[in-house]
Amino acid sequence: MRAPTNGPDVAAGDVLLAVENVSLSFGGVRAVSDVSFDIRKGEIRAIIGPNGAGKTSMLNVINGFYHPQEGRITFKGQTRPKMRPYEAADGGIARTFQNVALFRGMTALDNIMAGRSLKMNKSFFWQLLRYGPAMQEEVEHRARVEEIIDFLKIQEIRRIPVGRLPYGLQKRVELGRALAMEPELLLLDEPMAGMNLEEKEDMSRFILDVNDHYGTTIALIEHDMGVVMDLSDRVVVLDHGEKIADGTPDEIKSNQAVIDAYLGVAH
Amino acid sequence: MATNAAAQADTFPKLLIRNAELFGSRPAMRHKDLGIWQTWTWREQLEIVRAYAVGLHRLGLKRGETIAIVGANRPKLYWSVMAAQMIGAIPVPVYADAVAEELAFVLSHAEVRFAAVEDQEQVDKIMSVMERLPKLEQMVYDERRGLRDYDHSHLRAIDEVIADGRKALADDPAVGKWLDTEIAVGQGSDPSIILYTSGTTGQSKGVVLTGERSIAAAADTVAFDHLNENDVSLAYLPLAWVGDHYLNYAQGLVAGFCIACPENTDTAMADLREIGPTFYFAPPRTLELLLTRVMIRMEDAGFLKRKMFHFFIGVARKYGERILNKQPVPFTGRLLYAIGDVLVYGPLKNVLGFSRVRTAYTAGEAIGPDLFAFYRSIGLNLKQLYGQTEAFLYLTAQPDGQIHSDTVGPPCPHVDLRIAENGEVQFKSPGMFTGYFHDEAKTQEALTSDGYVKTGDAGFFDEKTGHLKIIDRAKDVGKLTDGTLFPPKYIENKLKFFPNIREAVAYGDGRDYVAVMLNIDLTAVGSWAERNKVVYASYQELAGHSQVYDMIEKHVAEVNRDLAKDKVMAGAQIKRFLILHKELDADDGELTRTQKVRRGFIAERYAPLITALYDGSTEADIATEVTFEDGRKGVIKARVKIRDMKTKPAAGAMEQAA
Repeated sequence: MRAPTNGPDVAAGDVLLAVENVSLSFGGVRAVSDVSFDIRKGEIRAIIGPNGAGKTSMLNVINGFYHPQEGRITFKGQTRPKMRPYEAADGGIARTFQNVALFRGMTALDNIMAGRSLKMNKSFFWQLLRYGPAMQEEVEHRARVEEIIDFLKIQEIRRIPVGRLPYGLQKRVELGRALAMEPELLLLDEPMAGMNLEEKEDMSRFILDVNDHYGTTIALIEHDMGVVMDLSDRVVVLDHGEKIADGTPDEIKSNQAVIDAYLGVAH
Repeated sequence: MATNAAAQADTFPKLLIRNAELFGSRPAMRHKDLGIWQTWTWREQLEIVRAYAVGLHRLGLKRGETIAIVGANRPKLYWSVMAAQMIGAIPVPVYADAVAEELAFVLSHAEVRFAAVEDQEQVDKIMSVMERLPKLEQMVYDERRGLRDYDHSHLRAIDEVIADGRKALADDPAVGKWLDTEIAVGQGSDPSIILYTSGTTGQSKGVVLTGERSIAAAADTVAFDHLNENDVSLAYLPLAWVGDHYLNYAQGLVAGFCIACPENTDTAMADLREIGPTFYFAPPRTLELLLTRVMIRMEDAGFLKRKMFHFFIGVARKYGERILNKQPVPFTGRLLYAIGDVLVYGPLKNVLGFSRVRTAYTAGEAIGPDLFAFYRSIGLNLKQLYGQTEAFLYLTAQPDGQIHSDTVGPPCPHVDLRIAENGEVQFKSPGMFTGYFHDEAKTQEALTSDGYVKTGDAGFFDEKTGHLKIIDRAKDVGKLTDGTLFPPKYIENKLKFFPNIREAVAYGDGRDYVAVMLNIDLTAVGSWAERNKVVYASYQELAGHSQVYDMIEKHVAEVNRDLAKDKVMAGAQIKRFLILHKELDADDGELTRTQKVRRGFIAERYAPLITALYDGSTEADIATEVTFEDGRKGVIKARVKIRDMKTKPAAGAMEQAA
């Protein structure tokens, strides 16, 4: 399908999101220092690095959960000093979490429906009654949700509370909820963590399909190097909060700084 | 009414036209898509199939050529069958879960030029064996997703083919006329489908059936079970299996009833409930699985519910079957049963989706008497039939009211059945095949000199009822060294009635005693482990757990007690058993695609275990190669423990010390 070895022209597209000289610290701990990179429209962008490199912090900065002390972020040409998570969601950024963060007592269907809540316009009063325009709106949203359920092949778990589902399926439901927001930029925080080989292959297939079918731009954090190299168009590598490399998977594979960061250097 | 008219139509396309006239606005096909049941009437279905047929012809499919159908039960694949038949091409359905190797064999043997497939998975599978299929030119697919970037010079969406045909029909009236002639030219004696057997006995063979004979056979059973256009069936059986083609496709077209296709394979259970079919077929294995699930859930239920369930199931066991057979039952029995129906049986049938079922069949392998009685006792009109692909399914079937768990019923109308001298069942039937595709030698082998077909099954007619009894595959019934009769299926079925035992393989032919290899049921034993705080990380670990062994030992002991009651069987008690470290799997060739155990193959594959079972060792090492769904291979190694069993000396039967 997508050949990561085709070079930079595959990823040619306008810059969707630009991170410029961002620094973030918690007290004395510098989680991210002076990092810049961009995400182009339509690409799959991986953020990798050893444990504690600042990857998740970076995602949290992108979707407005953390506010960087320095630097700026430009999303769709707009630079905002402080973006709150709901503004990010409204602006078209959706994400999944490293530890699954679903409503465990709700069914898979309801969880994905929850992802549509920002798109629902009818007043609370109408929705409470589930009548007239609110009903019609719900039907329309349900149709979109059913498309996602079909897309992710989770029809059989539609009515099952997600707390009872195996981990791999929960991850898939979480992806479904993020997709329900019809995001322009999808942030995936370790989508394959804790999965077996077959589940990983399924998830890789879904990520590629999302990118291909919906044209969604994807930024993902992942530890499985095989997955990263196969899926992504471009990779940025962080280590101790600093960017040490940025390029195509092939460039990254042969980059000495990256090899040192992962394998360690003799001192 | 339906059956009379059916006699006039000798091909399925002609039947389709008749149904569109007779039942025009009644539902012909349903499919759950995006969570909603979509319906097509007979008239709409005819319009689609006509357009599809024209579209396929414009792609180059010609009369007499074959087209492979690969995928799950979906309207577009059923329409592929109909559309191909409409222009005289021969559909060849292939099991959707067949690995690439099997697929390549069937597709090349059947010389297909076209293939109608479900989705990307099947397209990829066929592409991976493309070099072995020089004749294959075009693939059409139902599900577009993931296929956008594929080279579309030999690949097309079924929707496009239909749209193309529809446009051609609208643009030029001559196309419609041409199609009418094509349908009229079709003869009842032309091959209408080639069904490849599942290969219980070696390489699969292509069974050629004709339209005329198929319709004649289906018309007989439609009349036998009083099926009509108001019936509904859920098409969840493999498309390539004779059962689906007969029960749903052929009977559906003859009786004019509606076929409902589930959303996907995993939702079949829920879809069954929603559709509430009136005609239902399930192989014994499925019924077993359902019962296991019910029993497990009852174990987890509250005290009151559990007690109530067991009490009323007891009532049902006592009176249920007699009520269903319209035999005399004491008033208190009727009253208790009626209460049970409100409290237990009704809700249970509702959960299982059986509330509206008028006729249910099971077949494929011997069904445990207890299992069979359970379903009948709760009021499901479950009957047995016996048949095979070469007969286009039915040979015998139990009429309403004449049900015995150990017989398969008297011969169906117009079926000529006889028992050969060696005990083999032989037949001539209205639906019988015309031969194996491109295999004259095998065809001759299957036929007797006077034109009867050999079934390979041993059986006899029961003197009391006149029904046929099938003992086992003729070649499977064996003897222990002391001459005791050893029917492996009989013992295996007794073991498999325990929810904890998923699969059993018994050995004993030509040996001193009977020994079995077992598969635990992960759902049942897993739930038991949870309740008993048994910790395990994998199937293999659970299967080897000593507490699991203890539990299974009790089950085996119970079977032995049961066997000891019967003088003939007392000698065939189980002396040793082991629990296999992996589930038997069709992908590894251990089961057939219809989930039957391949005993001989398993014996070869697990030879070290068999040796250990008979040389007295208490454990054995085994390494087996496994095939994953994507075709890659791996090796599983394990040390398997073996347990000795005490056998009961039964009436007159002396036992050697175990």
